[in-house]
Amino acid sequence: METASHSEAKTNYLNADYGIKSWLLTTDHKRIAILYLGSITAFFFLGGFFAMLIRLELLTPAGDLVLADTYNKLFTMHGVVMIFLFLIPSVPAVFGNFLVPMMIGAKDLAFPKLNLASWYIYMIGAGFILYAIVTGGLDTGWTFYTPYSTTYSNTNVISAALGVFITGFSSIFTGLNIIVTVHRMRAPGLTWRRLPLFIWAHYATSVIMVLGTPVLAITIVLVALERLFHFGIFDARLGGDPLLFQHLFWFYSHPAVYIMILPSMGVVSEVIACFSRKRVFGYDFIAMSSIAIAVLGFLVWAHHMYVAGISVYAAMIFSMLTFFVAIPSAVKVFNWMATLYRGSITFETPMLYVFAFIGLFTIGGLTGVFLGAVGIDLHVTDTYFVVAHFHYVMVGGGVTGFMCALHFWWPKMTGKMYPEPFARLSAVLVFIGFNLTFFPQFLLGYMGMPRRYHAYPPEFQVLNVLSTAGASILAAGFLMPMIYFAWSLRYGKDAGPNPYRAAGLEWMTASPPPTFNFDETPVVTWEAYNYDEIDAPDHGTQKGVEVAG
Amino acid sequence: MWSNLPLFPARASTMAGHVDALYFFLVAMAAFFTTLIASLILFFALRYRKSRSPQATQIHGSTALELLWTGIPLGIVMIIFVWSSVIFFMQTRPPKGAMEIYCVAKQWMWKFQHPEGQREINELHVPAGRDVRMVMTSQDVIHSFYVPAFRIKADVLPGRYTSTWFHATVPGRYHLFCAEYCGTQHSGMVGEVVVMEPADYERWAAGGVDGSLASAGEKSFQQYGCSMCHRADAAGRGPNLTGVFGRAVLLDDGRTVTADESYVRESILNPGAKIVSGFKNIMPTFEGQLSEEEVIGLVAYVKALGNGTASLPALVSEPNSGTYPVAPKAESSAAKSDKTATPGAKPAPAPPAAKQ
Repeated sequence: METASHSEAKTNYLNADYGIKSWLLTTDHKRIAILYLGSITAFFFLGGFFAMLIRLELLTPAGDLVLADTYNKLFTMHGVVMIFLFLIPSVPAVFGNFLVPMMIGAKDLAFPKLNLASWYIYMIGAGFILYAIVTGGLDTGWTFYTPYSTTYSNTNVISAALGVFITGFSSIFTGLNIIVTVHRMRAPGLTWRRLPLFIWAHYATSVIMVLGTPVLAITIVLVALERLFHFGIFDARLGGDPLLFQHLFWFYSHPAVYIMILPSMGVVSEVIACFSRKRVFGYDFIAMSSIAIAVLGFLVWAHHMYVAGISVYAAMIFSMLTFFVAIPSAVKVFNWMATLYRGSITFETPMLYVFAFIGLFTIGGLTGVFLGAVGIDLHVTDTYFVVAHFHYVMVGGGVTGFMCALHFWWPKMTGKMYPEPFARLSAVLVFIGFNLTFFPQFLLGYMGMPRRYHAYPPEFQVLNVLSTAGASILAAGFLMPMIYFAWSLRYGKDAGPNPYRAAGLEWMTASPPPTFNFDETPVVTWEAYNYDEIDAPDHGTQKGVEVAG
Repeated sequence: MWSNLPLFPARASTMAGHVDALYFFLVAMAAFFTTLIASLILFFALRYRKSRSPQATQIHGSTALELLWTGIPLGIVMIIFVWSSVIFFMQTRPPKGAMEIYCVAKQWMWKFQHPEGQREINELHVPAGRDVRMVMTSQDVIHSFYVPAFRIKADVLPGRYTSTWFHATVPGRYHLFCAEYCGTQHSGMVGEVVVMEPADYERWAAGGVDGSLASAGEKSFQQYGCSMCHRADAAGRGPNLTGVFGRAVLLDDGRTVTADESYVRESILNPGAKIVSGFKNIMPTFEGQLSEEEVIGLVAYVKALGNGTASLPALVSEPNSGTYPVAPKAESSAAKSDKTATPGAKPAPAPPAAKQ
């Protein structure tokens, strides 16, 4: 095999072809991942812009910065953009797309054209959502609760809902592609139990995407039928049932939380093994916990509805199932912790994000136990306690995992290193800013401040000021990487194929990789995370592994 | 003690202590695990940093440890499950004999009707030391009745009744929030719960009203001609409503339903939904004809018929005698005088000052 260390002149997926057409018509999974990365980053900052306006409004108790209607549109659009246009595609469509074929030694995903189609569908859906935003916005909350959304709201419900409906198909396509690819295209010798845990996490995520998203699509169609043609489905005045909507919506949207967090858990497993120079502790248990989360995640939706008017016994059953789904997440955290034990640990930026992830996700998960307990949930649901909880899970978990992946695989994607000191500083800013933003919200929630309030009683102000201050730090933490990543593209050091001496097939090819990933199809004879072999003193003979520097 | 802390909500109901006790347990549990995990991670990260631990020791895993850290959390969450379910049962099952206050929510206000006939908006006067059950419905979208000091919350839905209950303990003024997003003025759909000493409440409730909720319902019952068919004798074309409320009702399809508030409401607004065995589906629908307040009055009246505190009116005109609905002349003037009396019902004696 040709050594990939001097890749300057070598053709790779980035310089194989030039021009806008070569990007817009590409079927290369790596280029499609870059298309996704660009799009979701833009939407992340759009959603973040809405978040900043929300936090500025909440600086004072009176609703004085924007009008009530504007505020309602801001939190709705923040939620819709962040969830449907950023979080759901974030790790799977960018890093899943880029890495799944490379990690299993394949040339591409199973259906490259479907993969490109998924990006176009995503962009068309995003176009509808943007249209809804610029032509007056949407004020239903990202949850589209009926009958408000079907009968009472005067905003662009149909175009926004259509946008969500359409983007759903892009995640179905991505999920389908990953499932088939993992089943059919693994390199010779790469058995299921030799797969990186990133692949297990993406496999579980893809199952949720394929099974859950159609239910959301059906629900949106029903909302549209009622809003446009007054079919009595959810509106009690037309003979419908408003709770039916909540059941259908959460049947998708609770598992969707796992779409947002499971891939990041896969990222953490890869990164913690690399910077501890160790196998992941309890590989089988982490892999199976991903599957358990995917299955149990479908059985807990009504814990969003304890106070909504469901029966007492239904609430209790969903409460019990909710406690069960907490266990696999706890198992993962304990196994990551044990992975550090007797490792040889270094503190590069991705590892700092791993520590941030574990800390924030632990708090997010434990406060989920509070909310699973029906007796407590009755008091804190629909308050800032819930807002804090799901931000700890989706930002503290999901986005932190995304940032971790972005730093870890940036050298692989671009061939360049980012400046380590700045990256470490931004990771620390994100961690501090995040906690300052969202921890006070737990206290606000237990004090009783309801969510989605434009104005609030004065006794809640101190904590809200802290939260807004934290949000400013958080914004700085997220803006910094934009600058140093852009800088690194031109001035960054060449990364070489494997700057972290990491295990995994994706590191055994050039950075950036050639169009078909591997010059020769690898044959796998080792288990995942074979850091003992990589770090062995007599190492250097193992195929494809480059020692950095 | 906690109610004096600015970072903790007031505790003003019997439920608050139960909820807070479990909350403190959960906070302790969460603090323990967060500290455990964070300190182990910090310890491992420092103890096994590369400069002190140049070579990692490969460990595959340990089934014993896996069982341990699956089993212990499972045990803990099952304790929490049982504990919280016990609280939940208390929260959702009002004690018998609770006084009932009806609530109609709409964009963006809370309307309350007391059994004695008092009506109020965005302010709810309740006595301390009594069980109070809220029977609630919405005129438009979903709202949620939330009193943080009582640690209770229940969504208020259009088209049905939901309920919650509380037993206030400390007189004072407490926040009432709408907790389910309901449109433009969602954050303005707030009010105050005024907890009063029982004697003060009695005085307040008696002031300035000339008729209970049930008697208002009785007027509607005659005004809308219900009394034509729902008669006290066996000759009525509709079921005799005396003693029905709270009992099991046999339907013509063989099912049995309990005559609760939701059933009575449905039978008024959509009579064809459940036909009582032995009767025909001849009652007209009152959907859109009655305000939610009138429906509540009628429900209160049927309830009073059920426990014997009211009786069906004597007929003032012959059945089948003319246009429908028949508004008995003698009653319409009474209804008018009732309406003029209602605004006077609003002012209340000054509530006791909050004890905070």
